[in-house]
Formats: sequence, structure tokens, C-alpha cells
Amino acid sequence: MRALCWEGVNSLAVRDVPDPGIRNDQDVVLKVRASAACGSDLHLLGGYIPFMQAGDVMGHEFIGEVVEVGKGVRKRKVGERVVVSSFVGCGRCWYCTHDLWSLCDNTNTNPVHTQALWGYEPGACFGYSHAMGGLAGSHAEYVRVPFADFGSFVVPDGVDDLAAVFASDAGPTGWMGADLGGVSPGDVVAVWGAGAVGQVAARAATLLGAERVVVVDRYGYRLEQAEKHMGVEALDYTTTDVGAALREMTGGRGPDVCIEAVGMEAHSDGPGFVYDQAKQQLGMQTDRPTAVREAIHACRKGGSVFILGVFAAVVDKFPLGAIINKGLTVRGAQMHGQRYIPGLLDRIAAGELPTRHFATHPMPLDEGPEGYRIFKEKVDGCVRPVFRP
Amino acid sequence: MARVVRLGAVAAGAVGALIAARRVRRAGGPGKTGPTWLGVTVLAPPDRIAAGGELPEPLRALGDAVEVRMQPAPGDRGTEVYARLRDDGQGSGTAARLTGRDRMGPLRQALREAKSLVETGEVLRTDAVETTHPGPRGRLIAALDERAQKAGRL
Ligand SMILES: NC(=O)c1ccc[n+]([C@@H]2O[C@H](COP(=O)([O-])OP(=O)(O)OC[C@H]3O[C@@H](n4cnc5c(N)ncnc54)[C@H](O)[C@@H]3O)[C@@H](O)[C@H]2O)c1
Ligand SMILES: [Zn+2]
Ligand SMILES: [Zn+2]
Repeated sequence: MRALCWEGVNSLAVRDVPDPGIRNDQDVVLKVRASAACGSDLHLLGGYIPFMQAGDVMGHEFIGEVVEVGKGVRKRKVGERVVVSSFVGCGRCWYCTHDLWSLCDNTNTNPVHTQALWGYEPGACFGYSHAMGGLAGSHAEYVRVPFADFGSFVVPDGVDDLAAVFASDAGPTGWMGADLGGVSPGDVVAVWGAGAVGQVAARAATLLGAERVVVVDRYGYRLEQAEKHMGVEALDYTTTDVGAALREMTGGRGPDVCIEAVGMEAHSDGPGFVYDQAKQQLGMQTDRPTAVREAIHACRKGGSVFILGVFAAVVDKFPLGAIINKGLTVRGAQMHGQRYIPGLLDRIAAGELPTRHFATHPMPLDEGPEGYRIFKEKVDGCVRPVFRP
Repeated sequence: MARVVRLGAVAAGAVGALIAARRVRRAGGPGKTGPTWLGVTVLAPPDRIAAGGELPEPLRALGDAVEVRMQPAPGDRGTEVYARLRDDGQGSGTAARLTGRDRMGPLRQALREAKSLVETGEVLRTDAVETTHPGPRGRLIAALDERAQKAGRL
């Protein structure tokens, strides 16, 4: 089959690879209908997560049709159209049974790298390097889905592929930020990053009762999407003093909940950017935490900061003092897809959570490398390329 | 200081065979020598972990080389399953441990597999992805992958 493979730092290629098959009884194999690029892939592409091997198939946000069912699978049938959680959960360990699916104990077959880095390993994620279990990704004609009874969900008929695909990863991620960030009625919520993840976080905050929600980014076309489709306010950090604007919006208090949806390659206008970039490139820090710093600084006293952006290891100039002295709650997670996907599909079907507009660039799989180029460079109004093998 | 590990009342008759193994002297703590216990917590009661008094196959396969004990985990966390080599031989350094080349490698793998089998009924196999052109880093990743289940912090 054809698949979009990582070939080296900033190098992708569409190649022929062997078809996947059932390797465990609880697997299914899907014929991929749509597979979206994610901001997390950019970190792999840029070499910031150094556990990719040339030839690894990329992609973790996908929808497909069941074509093969392992003999231990109870819920799935050939022919069903399903969306799949990017993180794989076994459904029966302590973490899965406590709805902390991305922390599954039984899916990361290669725990060594992340145990050394973080103390313990998270669960596996499709197409997300050997440190996350080494499973092949979904930018391919077919993909194998382990523990399919737990990680795959039938998509309601009225929801088209290009809307449903975002229930796989961006949707649960954004929703989790608002939910576990503790958004409650009356809150003012600020979200850094107006990509698909940040936009869902903003919409989720509104649906969870926030009084006022504002998204921060520098790309006009993304901020316009947030205003138009998600019904939230927008701030361009290149033309606005974000801290001052947030104080002005909150009677000087600062936002109650700050959600970071930017990640380790954050950009900044300030002089600190050159410093952060240089340190990252010299290997003196692995991540650029610009938006995390800003979120922690802007947050009201006793407020909550949720980090959705992916970070690999260590950062410099982390404002620890603000956390302790302002009494903040800081939390982060990889997404617990299985916890949120059913509810998200209902909301997408009901028209409460728009997602279709993220798919700015549907394209054939063969155009994958070009799709990633425009996504990475944020040109041509690209929010997400979606490959249709 | 060696101490006797106190066991909770977890075992019913089915795991009677294990009870003796559980009442062991533990040489632990800083500066102490002796075999180290490796532990995993399994979300299941002891009689499911050792159904019919038999340990899960991956641990059973190590035979007399290891001893195993169990105790209830606090709260709703299931059962703590510990295993160690009867004879520790030479201690091993961090590099050997991280790459799974120490003598504990097979024990780590057996504990992980036993846990997964009891909890899920299978041991997940990752995808066999062939590399296109391995550089030095690719070769390192491949070497670590090969021993992944034997390595790491357990
Ligand atoms: N936690 C999870 O499970 C999970 C899942 C999916 C994605 N992610 C992560 O979420 C992040 C966002 O993903 P995405 O797909 O939306 O990415 P994206 O690349 O489409 O969007 C990131 C946005 O952040 C903006 N940005 C950069 N620097 C900024 C700054 N200093 N302040 C405000 N905005 C800034 C960019 O302009 C861009 O619009 C990534 O780090 C991704 O890895 C995490
Ligand atoms: Zn993602
Ligand atoms: Zn699990």
C-alpha cells in the first residue's frame, strides 16, 4: 500500500510499504477514509522528538472503514465507519478504567525511552515515534488498530468524514483542556494558539459555560475562524499587548482559566525568541515554552493553567515563582480520546461543535509532503491538510 | 536492615502455593545487598493473577530462577506483584538496565507481559516497520526497540 513516511528531519516521502494485518486478537484493520495532519506531527518533522526512524508511517488523526476484525473483537463489524482515538488504551488497566486513557499501562511496547525521560511511560499513540510505542500511523491506505473495542467509535450517518476526523485527536484534546482545566460558568478563559486544538478548547469553554472566551495567535485567518465558527473573541499578539488586553477584559483580575495550545515550537515577537531558539538548537533546552510562560503570567491569582501543547523534556526560564506565589493549578495531559469521543460526535452531529472548517486542504495522500509544507509554514490559509488515500 | 514483609490477607486457597514464597526476607534500603524485588501493580484480585494456583505463563516460564510474591495494592489499585531473581549475581549499572542487557531483563519482560495478559488477555505486539535507510540514530533506536520489554525502570 501507499503511505506517507518520515524520512529524516524535514523530509517526508510517499512510498510503498507492506499492508498491515491483524497482529493481536483484539485488533481491527481499517481502510483509511481520511487522515489529518496534526500540530504534533510538526514536532516530529522538525526532529524535536528524536525517536523517529526513517520509514516510519506518520499520522494519528483518522477515520476509516473496518475491513478486518480480529477474533477477540466484540463490538466492531466489517463495513462500519469509525473514528479512532489517537492514543491507544487497553480499556482494563487502572488508568483506562479511571478515564486516563493516554496513560494506559499496556500499550506502549517500548517504555524505555520515556521512562528514562519522564520516569514513567505514557500509552502508545499511532505514528508517533518509537518512544510512543512504534505503531504505524494512519497516513496510509490501511491502518491496524489495536484494542479496537475501546478506541474506535461508529460515526453517526449525518456527519461527514472531514468533520468527524477531528473527533479523533484535536477534538478530545481541546475539550480536555477546558474540562480538566476546570472551566465553569462565569469564567473568563484565554486560549493560546488558534489551530484546531485551540479552537476546540475555546468552543468547549463556551459550551461548559464560560462567560467570555478569547483566543490568542498571530495568524489573521486562524483568528477569523475562531471568531466566525467558534463565536469567541480574538487577540493578535503581534499587534496587541496580550497581558494588558486580558486585564482590560477582566476588570484587572486576569483570566480564570488559561489554556495553552501552542507547544514546543512557540513563536514570539520579543527578544526572548532568539534566545529560546538558539538554546533549543544548541540542545540546551528541548522546547520553547513561550506561550506557557505567558499563560502562567497572565492567569489570575488562584487560577488554572492547562498545557495541551506537546513538550518533550526540559525548558528554560520556567516561571515557577508565579505558580507558587499566585497559588496556580498547572496541569497537562496527552488526550484521553476514549473519554470524550462519544460526546464529541454527538455535539458535532448536533451542530454545536463545528470542526469541518479545520479541513482547509483535503488532498490525495500522494500530495502529503506538500500538505505538510503548507501546514508547517502556515501559508495558503492552511489550518489542517487532510489526506484521502 | 532486613525485614519480614507483612502480607495482607489476599490469598485464598487457590494461591496457597504462593504464600510461602511471599513470606520472604527482604534485603532492601540504601546500602543493602541482595536481590532486588521488581514490582508491577495488576488491576485484578490475586486469584485471577494466579488462577488455579498457577502464575501467569511468562512468570512461570522463568521457573525456579525467580521468586514471586503478591500483596494487595492500596485503595482500588488491585494487587502488587513482585518478583526477583533468587540469585542476583553481579549488580548491573544503569546503562545495562536501560538497554535491558542486565540479568533482570527477562524478569522485567515477564512481569510486564504477565500484567498485560491478566488485565487484557493479550500482549500487544507493535507494528513491524522496516526502516528505509537507518543512520546511526536509527540503528540505536532499532537496537533499543529490540530489547524494549527487557529494559527500563521497573
Ligand atoms: N495534548 C495532546 O494530546 C495533543 C493532541 C494534539 C495536539 N497537541 C499539541 O497542541 C498544539 C497545537 O496543535 P495544533 O494542531 O492546533 O497546531 P498548529 O500548529 O496548527 O497551531 C499552533 C498555533 O499556535 C500559534 N502560536 C505559536 N506561537 C504562539 C504564541 N507565542 N502565542 C500564541 N499562539 C502561538 C501558531 O501561530 C499556530 O496557529 C501542538 O503543540 C500539538 O502538538 C497536543
Ligand atoms: Zn495530534
Ligand atoms: Zn489501559
